[in-house]
Amino acid sequence: MSFSPKEIWKEFAKNNIALAGIGIIAALLCMSVAAFVAIPADTFREWNDPASWLVYPKSALPAWVNYFLPQKIPEHLILEPEESHQESGSLYVVTDVFVTDYKYDSFPSDFIYRYTAKYSDSPLVQLSVIRPDGISSILMSTSLPASAEETTFQGMMFSTDNSVRKNVQNNIDFLFPTGSIPSQDLVFSDLAKNNVLKGVYVFKVTLYSVSGKATLDQSQFVLGGKAYGLMGTDELRRDLAVGILWGTPLALFIGITVSIGSVVLGLVYGVFAGFKGRTTDEAMMRFNDVIYAMPALPLLIILAVTVGNSIFLIVGFLVVFGWVGIAKVSRSMAMQIKTLQYIEASKLMGQKDFKIIFKHVLPQLLPYAFASIAISVPAAITTEAGLSFLGLGDPTFPTWGQILHDASVYGAAERGMWWWILPPGIMIAITGLAFVFIGHAMDSIVNPRLRR
Amino acid sequence: MGFKKYLAKRAITMFGVLMATLLITIALVGSNMDAILKQSVSLEIRQQVTNNKSLVSSFKTPEQLDTYVQNQIKQRIVALGLDQPWYTPQRLGLSMYKILTLDFGHAKFITSDTGSSDVKDIILEKLPRTILLFTTATAIVSLVGILLGAIAASKVNSKIDKITSGFAIISSSFPVWWMGLIMIFLFAFVYQIFPARATPEISPADPGYLPSLLYHMALPLITLVLIGFGSWAYLVRNFLVGVLQEDFIMAKRTAGIDEKKLLYRHALKNAAPPIVTVLALSLSGSLGGAIITEAVFDWPGMGRLYYEAISVLDLPVIIGATYVLTAFFLVSIFLADVLYGYFDPRVRRQ
Repeated sequence: MSFSPKEIWKEFAKNNIALAGIGIIAALLCMSVAAFVAIPADTFREWNDPASWLVYPKSALPAWVNYFLPQKIPEHLILEPEESHQESGSLYVVTDVFVTDYKYDSFPSDFIYRYTAKYSDSPLVQLSVIRPDGISSILMSTSLPASAEETTFQGMMFSTDNSVRKNVQNNIDFLFPTGSIPSQDLVFSDLAKNNVLKGVYVFKVTLYSVSGKATLDQSQFVLGGKAYGLMGTDELRRDLAVGILWGTPLALFIGITVSIGSVVLGLVYGVFAGFKGRTTDEAMMRFNDVIYAMPALPLLIILAVTVGNSIFLIVGFLVVFGWVGIAKVSRSMAMQIKTLQYIEASKLMGQKDFKIIFKHVLPQLLPYAFASIAISVPAAITTEAGLSFLGLGDPTFPTWGQILHDASVYGAAERGMWWWILPPGIMIAITGLAFVFIGHAMDSIVNPRLRR
Repeated sequence: MGFKKYLAKRAITMFGVLMATLLITIALVGSNMDAILKQSVSLEIRQQVTNNKSLVSSFKTPEQLDTYVQNQIKQRIVALGLDQPWYTPQRLGLSMYKILTLDFGHAKFITSDTGSSDVKDIILEKLPRTILLFTTATAIVSLVGILLGAIAASKVNSKIDKITSGFAIISSSFPVWWMGLIMIFLFAFVYQIFPARATPEISPADPGYLPSLLYHMALPLITLVLIGFGSWAYLVRNFLVGVLQEDFIMAKRTAGIDEKKLLYRHALKNAAPPIVTVLALSLSGSLGGAIITEAVFDWPGMGRLYYEAISVLDLPVIIGATYVLTAFFLVSIFLADVLYGYFDPRVRRQ
């Protein structure tokens, strides 16, 4: 019954499905590393903070849908500036230029310019546009609140501001009545008809200051659209790609911790019961029966509501209900091993039970243990996802179940927001499948009877 | 050990489990329950006193009124036994006894469709709907699964066998409730065939209620079948492949019995014990899963009741629903044991 790791690996490499499983898990691990490296660890703390997602669009489709659509929907763009500054006499001018190639078939939903200015006195901020047809127009200009000392000011300019529309109406000669058309539909409009004028738009922000050198920081120009990023955004403007990516290490952590915890617990419990036999065995197995027959989900729900729903507590609860099946199997295996002669021999030599269990019995069960760890990962992940889906998970971490919970709360399915519900479920299934593949492959190696 | 003794032992274990589950539930919600009960007592008495004008005017200062109210509250709490914590033997015994006799008390917030707040009424109203949905689903799933599994087993390694096995593994990796979201997306949004919410809008008293309920049941039912039948077919296939390799089948085959008869008569009969056991177990398993599935589809059964009770922390309902869910769960496990013992004599003679 014993296998060397080399033998197992040899069998393993012959099995395509097992290799596929390993490949998927490797990919998931890469995603986890990417999550830690590419996205600052604070982001998942900001997941539930609406303030940190202000510049993102609401319920935006993934940007790649444009490849399949005849009418390109506008992508949500968060533009970063090219900075420059000039000095002429006492006048100091800071210019931030935002360039975008607008090639979509409908107007942006709005545009916002946000900035943080550091200045003294009262400088002037001016936003203007140069259109693809060469026409330029001032959109808005505002003087910052006067201050004698150096101060910082956070400001925003909205396309919904009335002065933007007036400026555009005055500076650009449209050949159609511009009465009630919103300003972003005018800025991006053809002169003859109110259609989108495609091409390169340049938005220029100029900060004029007379005394001292004023600076513009965190200057961002946001062009509102209905598509964003790799995975779109949800109703609360959160970038779903961030959520899915962060969900990966969380799911792996939950799945692997729970399965290792329950396998180790079940193994030690079962082996001890099987090895001791008699009354100890009987009592331990009755207790095992009790836990086995308990309805796990209702109790998990009550535990999560009354005791707490931190992710570590949930992992603990899942272990409490997860070890029973393994204990049963390892008990019967231990009872077989117990009758082997070398165990009898070490008993006769006066070895302590404790030592026999850990030195001679448990190592025999290791292949089985590894197979069960792999097989019990998916259940742990789905159960946690289910709890989170009911809104009983740890709200501070964006797990896949959590994302689906939000999707269900905001009626994503009824409203057709497929990009909000498909990816988390597919990720849950893929992760589960990978471990099932590996588990089954190991099982068929460890249990020769299953081989055909 | 005789079969009777075996059954008795199982029954005792099951009863132990029921008690243990109840104890854990009471232990977990007990302190909250006390706080809520005390609060409602003090609210009730304050209301009684303020409504009684002559009593209020008989006090000279507000302090006197206040001490009077406090005394009344204390008396009531002692009368109800709330002065002792929930874990004292008397109170624990009393609450266990009440639950065992199905006296769950009154719900705090939730009411039944007819307006009753008696937990027993609420549960009796929701339970048939859960049983309707999940029993129907299990019946369809097992029928389709057994047929498909038999076909796959008769042609091992054929295309249909591989497709069944592949479908089984993939379909069982998706959570049922996620599949539910997808089905709502497909059949309530893209193709508007079925309603997205499974609760009928008309009142239960209306004669059109039952057809409407069945129509609303379609989407959850389809989802449960879609997710379930693959793994069933796979299971049945594996059992059958095992039986088909046994000597007696070989003997019958050489005797010239045709393959179809061999499969459906002889092999299936011998694969029956594990299949029936799994059937009973999957029924109990689906009851546990009902909480999430019903929450997704808004199916007005036990699962959603449980979910609602949890979200508003309606403790009497939580305890009552846990009790009923556990009892059903245990009955089906017990049934599985009995059936297994009945079909497989080795268990009895153990």
